[in-house]
Amino acid sequence: MLEKALSGSRGYWIWLAVLVGIIFIGFLFWLKQFHQGLMITGLSRDVSWGFYIAQFTFLVGVAASAVMVVLPYYLHNYRAFGKVVILGEFLAIPSVIMCMTFIFVDMGQPFRILNVFIHPTPHSMMFWDTVALGGYLLLNLLIGWTTLGAERKSIPPPKWIKPFIIISIPWAVSIHTVTAFLYAGLAARPFWMTAVLAPRFLASAFSSGPALLILLILLLRKLTDFDAGREPVQKLAVIAAYAMSVNVFLILMEVFTALYSGIPEHSIHLKYMFVGIEGNMALVPWMWLSSILAVFTLLLIIPPKTRRNEAVLAVACVTLFLSIWIDKGMGMIVAGYVPNPLGEVTQYFPTVPELLISLMVYAVGALIITVLYKVALSVRASVA
Amino acid sequence: MGLDRRNFIKIAGLSTLGLAGKPAVDAIARIRLPEEAPLTAKRWAMVIDLRKCRENPDCNEACIHACHKVHNVPDFKNPKDEIKWIWEERFEHAFHDQSQEYADESHRELPALVLCNHCDDPPCVRVCPTEATWKRDEDGVVMMDWHRCIGCRYCLAACPYGARSFNWRDPRPFIEEIEPDFPTRMRGVVEKCTFCEERLARGEMPACVEACDAGALTFGDLEDPESRVRELLRTHFTIRRKPGLGTQPSVYYII
Repeated sequence: MLEKALSGSRGYWIWLAVLVGIIFIGFLFWLKQFHQGLMITGLSRDVSWGFYIAQFTFLVGVAASAVMVVLPYYLHNYRAFGKVVILGEFLAIPSVIMCMTFIFVDMGQPFRILNVFIHPTPHSMMFWDTVALGGYLLLNLLIGWTTLGAERKSIPPPKWIKPFIIISIPWAVSIHTVTAFLYAGLAARPFWMTAVLAPRFLASAFSSGPALLILLILLLRKLTDFDAGREPVQKLAVIAAYAMSVNVFLILMEVFTALYSGIPEHSIHLKYMFVGIEGNMALVPWMWLSSILAVFTLLLIIPPKTRRNEAVLAVACVTLFLSIWIDKGMGMIVAGYVPNPLGEVTQYFPTVPELLISLMVYAVGALIITVLYKVALSVRASVA
Repeated sequence: MGLDRRNFIKIAGLSTLGLAGKPAVDAIARIRLPEEAPLTAKRWAMVIDLRKCRENPDCNEACIHACHKVHNVPDFKNPKDEIKWIWEERFEHAFHDQSQEYADESHRELPALVLCNHCDDPPCVRVCPTEATWKRDEDGVVMMDWHRCIGCRYCLAACPYGARSFNWRDPRPFIEEIEPDFPTRMRGVVEKCTFCEERLARGEMPACVEACDAGALTFGDLEDPESRVRELLRTHFTIRRKPGLGTQPSVYYII
């Protein structure tokens, strides 16, 4: 089926060439990082995880969100998702690959990464996260490819694939739960050590993922002959609206617990995010922007009248996605490190090479999703 | 004079040894073989008497330098890339949760020596995905394997004491004078104090303890009721850093 990706319009090839160009530039910077070490990033002794790990965390959410189309379609037989379920699965694949690449570029000794398997360590959450992500990637490759292959031959998917589909549902929940456990089990970082972290991760995933999927569906409608129709878009919008409401609710729970209890170790990180400490305000504008975007999104996406207007919905999806990207992709990892466990403030600013390497990873994801969607839509067009 | 094959090889061999031998012999001579029996304990621990540190304000520099020198710790002269095994921290930072604002300034700013606590239940060991850091069963030292470490820095996130450092860049050009007895590290791996396990194996006390003339640092076996550390813990009020986290640090402080 992969051969379908080898024929396309001029625009298709230009887009792929642009992505390859970005990947090439980012790769040169990665070589520099590999050669000189992570000194070329803005990371330091005090803020030792930053932009890479934050992107990883955010993208685990996007990957997990495929379950929001898989579950209604396969468990509840919700037919309207028939046309988009493959898009969800094929969104999960590049997302997991981007997650893995972000972990890879963050390693001090990337070529020793197989030590995680040579010396499997079940008491480390990172071991379980590796297992969860690897398994999820295999499941989605298997399910996506098998169901699409069946569709090409105009036959129903083979029966043996069904158990894998069922397993992929709790597995999707598990990838973001285990990712939350990476952080939530650390006594050294009170900001992350909250039982609500995993639920919050899931809520933010199940809103930002469907929002992205809506945008992709609308984009495909514009760029290609593929039209998923109105119903799945509206259904995804309802899912995103509920999940975003739960996400904002859980964030407010965190704020209440930290501020009302007044325990400095818990409240100081929120203080750093929203007002700054002793003039250190790197995150302040971003966190306020994220909050304002979140409220704005809810005002657009909850009232049925605005939600049903696809143009307004598209705006809401963009603001929703940005709000959560800032919160997870910039705020929450770095804020856990500021101040450090000794109460000292060291700020973190990603460097240009760090951002270009990150852009490379996103370009890899965009390349994979382009090819996968091309294959899926070509198969569908040839059947129809 | 007939030079037969046998003699030729002999002479050639001896001359080669003469040429290459000097550096080789020197290198071998530098390797210190254990002179004394290794120091052993069931549970190594350290007591730091901050009163003595306060009485000798210039003294901390000596023990820090002694440690960093024998362990080839680089000095980048910038806080971003900084690597440190033992260092001075103001009391209000080292004992973040036990400081109060009405204490005399000299007390709040009292420089306290901090290092890896060699916890009984070390969070860094719990999170390491490759067991590149582990707690030694026989004496409780939290060890590091720089050849296995993948540089994920999960341990830096997990350590509540900020005791771990990461090699953000190649450290070797920044080592003042390379100590041949101890390995240097490469970029991309984590390092920290190991209670001088290599010196203990040679029957020597940790470098910082040996360098401390004020007698502020006492090192010994926590499980031996007759040891000097146990005596100090019996006869003095001591505190540990963040005891509420349940990590059970093995470094105690007399205030």
